[in-house]
Amino acid sequence: MLLNIIDPALIDWSRAQFALTACYHWLFVPLTLGLAVVMGIMETLYVWKKDPFWKRTAQFWMKLFGINFAIGVATGIILEFEFGTNWSNYSWFVGDIFGAPLAIEGIVAFFMEATFIAVMFFGWNKVSRGFHLASTWLTGLGATLSAWWILVANSWMQHPVGMAFNPDTVRNEMMDFFAVAFSPVAVVKFFHTVLSGWMTGAVFVVGVSCWYLLRRRERAFALASIRVAAVTGLVATLGVMFTGDRSGIDVARHQPMKLAAAEGLRRGGTQAPFSIVPGVEVPGMLSVLATHDVDGFVPGIDDLLDGYTAPDGTQHLSADERMRRGRLALDAFAAYRAHAKSDPAAAAAARKVMDEHMDHFGYGYIASRSDLVPPVTLVYWAFRVMVGAGCLLLLVLAAMLWYGRGGRLAAKRPLLMAGLWSIPLVYLAGQAGWVVAEVGRQPWAIQDLLPVNAAVSQLSPASVQTTFWLFLVLFTVLLVAEVRILCGAIRKGPEGDELLPAGEGR
Amino acid sequence: MITYAFLQAYWWFLVALLGGLLVFLLFVQGANSLIFALGGNEEERRLIVNSTGRKWEFTFTTLVTFGGAFFASFPLFYSTSFGGAYWLWMLILVSFVLQAVAYEFQSKPGNVLGRTVYRRFLVVNGIVGPFLLGVAVATFFTGSAFVVGKSAMADVAAPVISRWANAWHGLDALANPWVWLLGLAVVFLARTLGSLYLINNVDDAALAPRIRRQVLTDAVPFVVLFVAFVVYVLTKEGYAVDPVTQAVSLAPHKYWHNLVAMPAVAVVFVLGVVLVLYGVVRTLMSPRFVRGIWTAGAGTVLAVLALLLLAGYNDTAFYPSTADLQSSLTLRNSCSSEFTLRTMAWVSLLIPVVLAYIAYAWHAIDRRSLTRSELDKDEHRY
Repeated sequence: MLLNIIDPALIDWSRAQFALTACYHWLFVPLTLGLAVVMGIMETLYVWKKDPFWKRTAQFWMKLFGINFAIGVATGIILEFEFGTNWSNYSWFVGDIFGAPLAIEGIVAFFMEATFIAVMFFGWNKVSRGFHLASTWLTGLGATLSAWWILVANSWMQHPVGMAFNPDTVRNEMMDFFAVAFSPVAVVKFFHTVLSGWMTGAVFVVGVSCWYLLRRRERAFALASIRVAAVTGLVATLGVMFTGDRSGIDVARHQPMKLAAAEGLRRGGTQAPFSIVPGVEVPGMLSVLATHDVDGFVPGIDDLLDGYTAPDGTQHLSADERMRRGRLALDAFAAYRAHAKSDPAAAAAARKVMDEHMDHFGYGYIASRSDLVPPVTLVYWAFRVMVGAGCLLLLVLAAMLWYGRGGRLAAKRPLLMAGLWSIPLVYLAGQAGWVVAEVGRQPWAIQDLLPVNAAVSQLSPASVQTTFWLFLVLFTVLLVAEVRILCGAIRKGPEGDELLPAGEGR
Repeated sequence: MITYAFLQAYWWFLVALLGGLLVFLLFVQGANSLIFALGGNEEERRLIVNSTGRKWEFTFTTLVTFGGAFFASFPLFYSTSFGGAYWLWMLILVSFVLQAVAYEFQSKPGNVLGRTVYRRFLVVNGIVGPFLLGVAVATFFTGSAFVVGKSAMADVAAPVISRWANAWHGLDALANPWVWLLGLAVVFLARTLGSLYLINNVDDAALAPRIRRQVLTDAVPFVVLFVAFVVYVLTKEGYAVDPVTQAVSLAPHKYWHNLVAMPAVAVVFVLGVVLVLYGVVRTLMSPRFVRGIWTAGAGTVLAVLALLLLAGYNDTAFYPSTADLQSSLTLRNSCSSEFTLRTMAWVSLLIPVVLAYIAYAWHAIDRRSLTRSELDKDEHRY
């Protein structure tokens, strides 16, 4: 018997499963992106200086790259297909736009990655040095291109552009490919996310190298790795901060509720203060961050729900009004469907009403205005963890570079400890960032257009619960295995005798 | 003239071609299912695993791209089949997840589960993956129980466009014995191709005769199952679409009529089958022939391509519904907008470039066959 209602438990479990897969996937992807750059630089140094020291250094990090890569691929395939399996309504409703970046990702990026990773791992004795170097960089480029397209897809959900709703096909249809593929929101998101991946790879290399120095092992290898990684990491961190600032502006403009939730801001205004932790505020700072103007207006959660008038005189509707207009749009849509074949005049009239209220379409599915507020505490703290960890990492990486000059680093044991502990920190920052981005936009699968309750596949909650637990157990076992294998490989160290650069005697 | 109808047909062709390439690349799964059957000792098993381990990414990526291309070009299929036949697809995915990690993890210390378990993962994926993919493709001819109602989007309590009509969510396909035929045929085809690939890729005196015997063991059941399925499809009634009203109705011998109506497809199909048989027979007849994988592989691509074209071309519903005939998915009612199909057609021009660099890199890695001594000195092995 099919029940004609969506069970709230189904939505919760479907969200939980998607979140679980995404969180696990993001444990592996940033390391792939970051290590690709670090080992690319190292192999370039090898080809340039013809010093086998750099070859073996690059090879060591490639080995860790390979261990991490497979599990990233494994979690990624689930993520792609979950759009269909668990969000089937979504897949039709916006598949005309959303499918394209996923297909391009496969054709352009995944094949590049898959082809050249094989050359990178198996081609050392089979292809020329130049071809091998190119393969290493192309593997990283493939991973980065794949990030581009999937972040284009994600950005489109946060800020849908370049499409129009077609009531005959009951879906949104793409009108402007370049608006989707090169949306400014996507550009900012891409650099913010990919550079955070570089940070992760760099901090990982720094941390592991610090461990060797703490153990008084592999000194030359560790110091050289830190040099390459700290520079990469520092550049990346500054880039992450710059793009983070830009995305603050984007969020304030396109997803004000997310911003208000991330600040726990009930009532906003001009000269809005920034909360560092509850009770500690910097006056005017939030206005600066959100609008780059200390007198900029930032609405709070209640302003957004009640409706407000911005200082420039723009009226913003209340949530109840938007929900009312959303229902009008949905009713007009139903009327259009009913009359489309029989009564063209009635259909045209319904279409006119629908188009008029289309901006509020998604609000028609919202049952109560409290559903429009994301979990404030979670988003608030995730944001602070992300920014706080980022600032700490900047300090650690800068200190590594500073003391790295003249070989003083090996004696700075507290700094080496800090380097080691930066590894969990950088992962925490990345996960927290995605929590802000994704939890902060609830209840929207697509901002203002489709809430999660209208996006989900009609399954029994028990089915989704089963696959949730299945994936949780599976991914956790694989994660434990991966971490243990990585630790084993690190403990073993680079292959062969202790590595020394050319020209340095024993 | 590049019309909307042409773009739909073009994208169905590309999806079918990707499907064909995917089935060919299942030689990785087929060979993996034989790790323990062929590999008598650790050295031999390691040879097999390392041989397929240099190609598994291609299969995996083709599967992902097949999904992505289907999503972009026929999103209603993506939404209806993946969301509806939930368990079928989830089992396929889980088996591929197990495979993806098994290579890199199996021989490394600290891998928690131990080498044998990871290799069993490869065997599980090697059988379950091809079987369930074959089952999924068989439903293109037998139909599935679902209902599509786009107007439901206006129903605030349950805005659900596609519904599966039973609680089995994809496992119901297994109730039809004909579906088993294609599932098992794909399993045996993958194993045959796997052996042909190993003959080409591994140079080992002890393994070689065993692999050649295995070709016969798998090719015979494949041929029997495949012929039975093809006869069934060509004689059964099919799901015809009225070109004017788009109404779907059952038509006797629909797929046979499609074959007759599209001689080019018929030629591709026959050529594919002949190439597969030629690759197998010549490998069995001549002990020095190692290129069977290329003829049989090309034949597989062509035969699968032709089968999928039969399912979708010539006014046929490619994903028929047994629960509500008019809900059946056709190229026209399930495809993306003309703008998207046209944009993606431009992107598809990159496919030959991708194929070219794959061929180049593949050749660079495989210039010599894999031997035990190479494995001993290689810097990266599983």
